[in-house]
Amino acid sequence: MNTGNCYHCGQHVPADVDLSVNIGDRPRAMCCAGCQAVAQAIADNGLADYYRNRDALPDQPREALPAVLDGLKLYDHADFQKSFVRDLGENEREASLILEGITCAACIWLNEQHLSRLPGVIGADLNYATRRARVRWDERRIKLSDILAAIAAIGYRAYPYDAAKSEELARKERRGALWRVFVAGFGMMQVMMYAIPVYLAGEGDMAPDVEQLMRWASLALTLPVVFYSAAPFFRGAWRDLKLRRAGMDTPVALGVGAAFAASVWATVTASGEVYFDSVTMFVFFLLGGRFLEMTARQHAVGVTEALAKLMPAFADRVSAYPLDRFCERVIAADLRPGDVVVVKPGATIPADGRVLEGVSCANEALLTGESAPVSKRPGSAVTGGAVNIESPLYIRVEQVGEATRLSAIVRLMERAAMEKPRIVELADRIAGHFILALLVIAVAVAVAWWFIDPSKALWITVSVLVVTCPCALSLATPVALTVAGGAMARAGLLVTRSHAIETLARATHFVFDKTGTLTSGRMKLLDAMPLGALDRERCLSLAAALEQASEHPIGAALRLAAGAEIWALDALASDPGCGVSALLSGKRVRLGQLRYVGSLHGQPLPETGAAFCGSGDTAIALGDETGWLALFRIGDEVRPEAAGMVASLRAEGRHVVLLTGDSAAVAQKVARILGVDEVVAGVSPQGKHDYVTRLQAGGAVVAMVGDGVNDAPVLAQAQVSVAMGGGSQLARTQADLILLSENLRHLQKGVAVARRSLGVIRQNLVWSFAYNFVALPLAMFGFITPWMAGIGMSGSSLLVVVNSLRLQKNEQKNGQKNGQEYPRNTEQQSGER
Amino acid sequence: MEILYLLIPVSVVLVFLIGAVFWWSVRSGQFDDMEGPGYRILMDDDKAKPD
Repeated sequence: MNTGNCYHCGQHVPADVDLSVNIGDRPRAMCCAGCQAVAQAIADNGLADYYRNRDALPDQPREALPAVLDGLKLYDHADFQKSFVRDLGENEREASLILEGITCAACIWLNEQHLSRLPGVIGADLNYATRRARVRWDERRIKLSDILAAIAAIGYRAYPYDAAKSEELARKERRGALWRVFVAGFGMMQVMMYAIPVYLAGEGDMAPDVEQLMRWASLALTLPVVFYSAAPFFRGAWRDLKLRRAGMDTPVALGVGAAFAASVWATVTASGEVYFDSVTMFVFFLLGGRFLEMTARQHAVGVTEALAKLMPAFADRVSAYPLDRFCERVIAADLRPGDVVVVKPGATIPADGRVLEGVSCANEALLTGESAPVSKRPGSAVTGGAVNIESPLYIRVEQVGEATRLSAIVRLMERAAMEKPRIVELADRIAGHFILALLVIAVAVAVAWWFIDPSKALWITVSVLVVTCPCALSLATPVALTVAGGAMARAGLLVTRSHAIETLARATHFVFDKTGTLTSGRMKLLDAMPLGALDRERCLSLAAALEQASEHPIGAALRLAAGAEIWALDALASDPGCGVSALLSGKRVRLGQLRYVGSLHGQPLPETGAAFCGSGDTAIALGDETGWLALFRIGDEVRPEAAGMVASLRAEGRHVVLLTGDSAAVAQKVARILGVDEVVAGVSPQGKHDYVTRLQAGGAVVAMVGDGVNDAPVLAQAQVSVAMGGGSQLARTQADLILLSENLRHLQKGVAVARRSLGVIRQNLVWSFAYNFVALPLAMFGFITPWMAGIGMSGSSLLVVVNSLRLQKNEQKNGQKNGQEYPRNTEQQSGER
Repeated sequence: MEILYLLIPVSVVLVFLIGAVFWWSVRSGQFDDMEGPGYRILMDDDKAKPD
């Protein structure tokens, strides 16, 4: 017992208490059993360092335990970090955090600045709408706990991001905000009751001491409004002050503070004017506006969160699959590649994999934006997060956890959300200057009115401070971009870079790669022409029989197109590079290149046949010893929705260019079908790159659409790139946008959303500038009272948010309209399969 | 009009009282479930088990 104070909480140890805990090899005095238990737990967990490292005592003994278990040092443990920290390089780490206490766009700036100044922090990006932070740091130079402590030092709290926590935080934030609004509203009504009689009473109607009593009553009711409801404004302003900068809360806090202080002074000295009614009213309107804005914001960011929640928590694993169908329920995170799971109808597929058994269809709408179910049969790939619809599927798991397609999608969406596009940065900078200017103007107004009419000087200054706060300005762009990104993701076009929406809307040239982009990338039988005794169907089935063992895409195309007729073939042999041959009831038949087949019988190709082959597609022939039997034209099939998309892009006045490495004949044919007039064919990857560079040199904003794998250099060169996202390369793609559904109609829709969102941003900016420039002179000349200012400011921010939400609404409406087109589209697709 | 000297302070006290009661009732979860208690009163839970 070396001191009279509790070692844990620092409070005085009562004389009749004798409790202690061994910490650092010495018994330490404790003031109560609660502290003793906590301290014991800390010591037992090997966290006694807490006492060496702490520089402040815990607030309340009761909260000390969770605070330690939540304790910052714990975040440095590798096991604990596993769930939310990713290794980027040897020593580079990246963590996904969620921040509590973000109230305005300025908080984002503050945190970013503060964090990026820490030695060892490589980058910090925050998102206002989701309140999520992505921090990268060098592990040798700084620890995660130091970063979290730095965030705490400026008055925020950071937690590792997980969806449940995020939801809980949102709920807590909403509840706190609602209470503040309620207190302000209640206070406002009561204060008004005391203010009205004073307004209505004529000269001498009211005894001075009654009026004075009313003032004191108003003061009592305004106290909770100012100190509880308006506390966030003051906290924000204080934070800004400490960092010697002006934020969104500074003018508001100044206004509320000044009006309240003046009123208190007037009440105490029984002189002058009181403004309690104005103060309460405008705190109420500001908070009300902020609450509505918050609700709208939380509503708007649901997409990523919804995706993250898609993966089911449990899976039914069939351990001894082919032998025994007994399934056990395991946690989905425990699945390993190679496991076999059974997915019942209506259940969600727990991981990426391949169907082993069962025929069903899966709804992948949330993953690809494609609303029609996709059929699944043995051998089909399935995506975790999709919902199995018809009948049970046995699936062999191929990818789990972070490696799944869904995780890749979520990560890409987060990447987009974390980046701050240039236009947003610009708006933030302007808003910062604007506030400084505003403070200067407010001082000038105060001085001017002091000389004109001292009794009005205060409330006019307060109005100026409040009405012109540029909140709407700094919200205008980010909210619109967030909503647009969500709307596009629902349409199957994933935004992975923050600038993508803006650039897509501005693109003047849409450059398409051909294979896998405008065409499906799969070989398909386009046409067949019988030349001999056999009819079309029999020729086809004979050709398919000849190709039965072939792995070549042409063989697959023929098999797909052929009927089920069975041919008895002997001595099936393939001549690599030429074709295949076999004996059909003793006679030799050949399938393959024209020359190869022609050399079998030595007859020239008929004229109709020559025309048939001249179209640029791959032509192959079927023949026997007596002559030609048939010709087949096989090619890459143009996507059915491509023509409509090209037409709509051209109708918007954008140039559509087909840029391909294929031969000119093939490219021209595809261009003709689609109505593309600019074709650049036969170019190497370097040539494609040069072509795009040339376009850009001429002032074009190029949107490049490619399959994402083979044309990475040209995708990187274009201002905005769109990659087809069907493949497994999703995680590695660097494109700005990913067309998950591979449905070009969704790209068309995405371009429309991007264009509309640019319009909405423009409206928002015009509105917020116009509002500020109209409101400022009005307030300066005394036409706006503080409560009007409160309505004006929250109204302007709210309008910006609601206007941005329209992007979502429009998209839904369009979705319904397009919904009628879906069935047709689906038929085409299922026909393909 | 002397009654005002009593009524005004009383009204202030009442406001705080009402605010506090409302805060307490929300905190104690009385608004969490607006439907359940209405049904609960209709359920018979004092019947003996059928033998």
